[in-house]
Amino acid sequence: MWKIHFILLFSRQGKLRLQKWYTTLPDKEKKKIVREIVQIILSRNQKTSSFVDWKDLKLVYKRYASLYFCCAIEDQDNELLTLEIVHRYVELLDRYFGNVCELDIIFNFEKAYFILDEFIIGGEVQETSKRSAVKAIEDSDMLQETVEEYMNKPAF
Amino acid sequence: MLIFCLKLIASQKFTDKRIGYLGAMLLLDERQDVHLLMTNCIKNDLNHSTQYVQGLALCTLGCMGSSEMCRDLAGEVEKLLKTSNSYLRKKAALCAVHVIRKVPELMEMFLPATRNLLNEKNHGVLHTSVVLLTEMCERSPDMLAHFRKVSLVPQLVRILKNLIMSGYSPEHDVSGISDPFLQVRILRLLRILGRNDDDSSEAMNDILAQVATNTETSKNVGNAILYETVLTIMDIKSESGLRVLAINILGRFLLNNDKNIRYVALTSLLKTVQTDHNAVQRHRSTIVDCLKDLDVSIKRRAMELSFALVNGNNVRGMMKELLYFLDSCEPEFKADCASGIFLAAEKYAPSKRWHIDTVMRVLTMAGSYVRDDAVPSLIQLITNSVEMHAYTVQRLYKAILGDYSQQPLVQVAAWCIGEYGDLLVSGQCEEEPPIQVTEDEVLDILESILISNMSASVTRGYALTAIMKLSTRFTCNVNRVKKVVSIYSSSIDVELQQRAVEYNALFKKYDHMRPALLERMPVMEKVTINGPTEIVQSNGETESAVLETKPPPSGLQPVSQASDLLDLLGGSDITPVIPTAPTSKPDSTGGELLDLLGDLNLTGSPVSAPVPQIAQPPFLLDGLPSQPLFSDIAAGIPSITAYNKNGLKIDFTFERSNTNPSVTLITIQASNSTELDMTDFVFQAAVPKTFQLQLLSPSSSVIPAFNSGTITQVIKVLNPQKQQLRMRIKLTYNHKGSAIQDLAEVNNFPSQSWQ
Repeated sequence: MWKIHFILLFSRQGKLRLQKWYTTLPDKEKKKIVREIVQIILSRNQKTSSFVDWKDLKLVYKRYASLYFCCAIEDQDNELLTLEIVHRYVELLDRYFGNVCELDIIFNFEKAYFILDEFIIGGEVQETSKRSAVKAIEDSDMLQETVEEYMNKPAF
Repeated sequence: MLIFCLKLIASQKFTDKRIGYLGAMLLLDERQDVHLLMTNCIKNDLNHSTQYVQGLALCTLGCMGSSEMCRDLAGEVEKLLKTSNSYLRKKAALCAVHVIRKVPELMEMFLPATRNLLNEKNHGVLHTSVVLLTEMCERSPDMLAHFRKVSLVPQLVRILKNLIMSGYSPEHDVSGISDPFLQVRILRLLRILGRNDDDSSEAMNDILAQVATNTETSKNVGNAILYETVLTIMDIKSESGLRVLAINILGRFLLNNDKNIRYVALTSLLKTVQTDHNAVQRHRSTIVDCLKDLDVSIKRRAMELSFALVNGNNVRGMMKELLYFLDSCEPEFKADCASGIFLAAEKYAPSKRWHIDTVMRVLTMAGSYVRDDAVPSLIQLITNSVEMHAYTVQRLYKAILGDYSQQPLVQVAAWCIGEYGDLLVSGQCEEEPPIQVTEDEVLDILESILISNMSASVTRGYALTAIMKLSTRFTCNVNRVKKVVSIYSSSIDVELQQRAVEYNALFKKYDHMRPALLERMPVMEKVTINGPTEIVQSNGETESAVLETKPPPSGLQPVSQASDLLDLLGGSDITPVIPTAPTSKPDSTGGELLDLLGDLNLTGSPVSAPVPQIAQPPFLLDGLPSQPLFSDIAAGIPSITAYNKNGLKIDFTFERSNTNPSVTLITIQASNSTELDMTDFVFQAAVPKTFQLQLLSPSSSVIPAFNSGTITQVIKVLNPQKQQLRMRIKLTYNHKGSAIQDLAEVNNFPSQSWQ
């Protein structure tokens, strides 16, 4: 089986900005894992590779400006391609937000998730075209009701 | 909060749904019951008129759907897998993957829909379809066979070719490469299809060569594709030219400045070094250079790979590099590195001097990281290098002179000094200038080890015994030894106390036996290592056991042996160490034996389990099968035939000691008069409660046919109450293709064997 197990985005101070889990784990476990991994990655220096052996998984991480993007993949997975996947996600965010920065993700975290969900489902890439993924989000945005419409539309 | 999410999902408003599904994915997991309530919502939304709502439902189901949800909704997913809407089709494919992962039995139902999945032009659908097909092929050999039959390979090859040859497509381009994600997934699926299948492998040969030679390597993305290609080539039945091409790509990776690429190369080379050893050897020097890398993961892989590449030709050079690495590497590596060096030195040492030197260097450099079980094997190695004894003991002495904190080093040194202290003092070293050491100085250091807080209990034991041995080797210091020994007979450490008391008794009552008892150890026959993981030399431990009347308590040996060995040493009134310590070995197969012992009334009393054939536990008699075991054998006890059936004959011969009548040694000889060999032969025995039994390792597990050879095995029986010897035996072996098992009782023991 090859898939991404989880994706974490965190700042250089260790604040978690986004977490997407593709395996089921209890909340406590997730918190523990996040703490552990953030610590491992933040303590790595510049001279090391982007890959860390962790338990029976591999962590692939890359820093973009002030944010660390970390993917946990299976042992036999292609690490280099995972770097490309991470990079693609950043590009999608960039295309949507226009020159994306950490603040965008903090204040519009739901959009970050929506974009991720148009790119990856169940730990596998679903769309390889930059344009299509972003277009889907933009179209969905259009579907969202305006405040007026929202108030007037019945819920059920 | 959770119910609120449900409310949002069920709402008509898209905004609500979007947030509701997001909340569900973030906050809920399979364990909560709310999950089931969601099923209905999702079902409705899967059939919604708006594709983006359907998309939300598919995504949620595909990310965190429980098995029940998957079961309930698989039908809907399957329907959507056949839609012409590519936006939904791609999501349905990944949803199907998730369903299959959760409920593998449902895989069949998605098969029809896969028929024309790859006819799509849409890359999203193509990619997810390949993922789906991969999942199916991986999980089910039937599926795999099916897809091979329906010419999936040529189809994939075509798609891949189009990707490579097609012009620039801005939508899917990454640094000049067209849809690398899809390329990699196709390569991966090809790997699975080509594995162990000549036809499929042949069909993809050309495209693999094409990708391998034409892909741009200047950016990570190209290397990602090359990497996947290499993995595929190595895993399928590719022709040798292609394999060499693959390994050369890895070799080039190793020279790449990018650490990630080097990391990936080392990982792959590690996987291929067994099968393509010579090809990997060509890159040895680059690999060795990676030992100096700053990245921990790269260093580890380089180390493992280096060990895999050591052979008789390059051992000197490689060892130099590896010793340098051992010296400078992080502590987390030292134990593994030391073990690896010992193993490699064992296999490929060009000379005994070199071997000893290497061992010494490891002990001095990483003495505290050496694994405990390496100590006995090193001792055995040293014993066997007879001409090097003086040199070895001198070097070891010098090594601990300044610093005796590294336990394994100190243990080996103490043992050697005890054994060869006379050589040390008389300055007989030939290999290097002998040092001037007096007996007092030697005893000083051994005593310091005894006193030091840094010494482990085991180490102290070694030191005390060494001091004792020196009482016969040194001429002037017997009184000093006596003093030390008597001091420690009131030591708080029970182990030390026991030894000291026994040695004390040796001085007081059995002084005439002391020289014989503490004689120089005979050279033990070398036991070859069984496998790459086994560093422990059984015989090394045995050595220590024979001389030390108690084995080191680090659990190297079952304590029960001690009692028997004590008896062997001529017994006496020294209270035998009757195992209050557990004689039942943790891996005892006593359970089976207990079945044998029905009417012999054994109740879980530990009967020594037959030695499992894989691990060769250390026993005194390995390598000395034919020597008489006592120096004073009781006169000829008649042998008996204990078992003779179906061509298998087992004879017992007996030995007893006049000085220790409770021990009987039975040597069994199993012979086979049929025309076919008997293999996997296992002999097990059980005795009544008042006896104690120990089975040593058999000489082999095959009894050749036509009586052309025998299996011998020694049984030690302790019979303190001089009861009549009875035994029940169980024999298992393979003969003429079937497994045979037999039970028998042996009642015809001659009276001289137990009275």
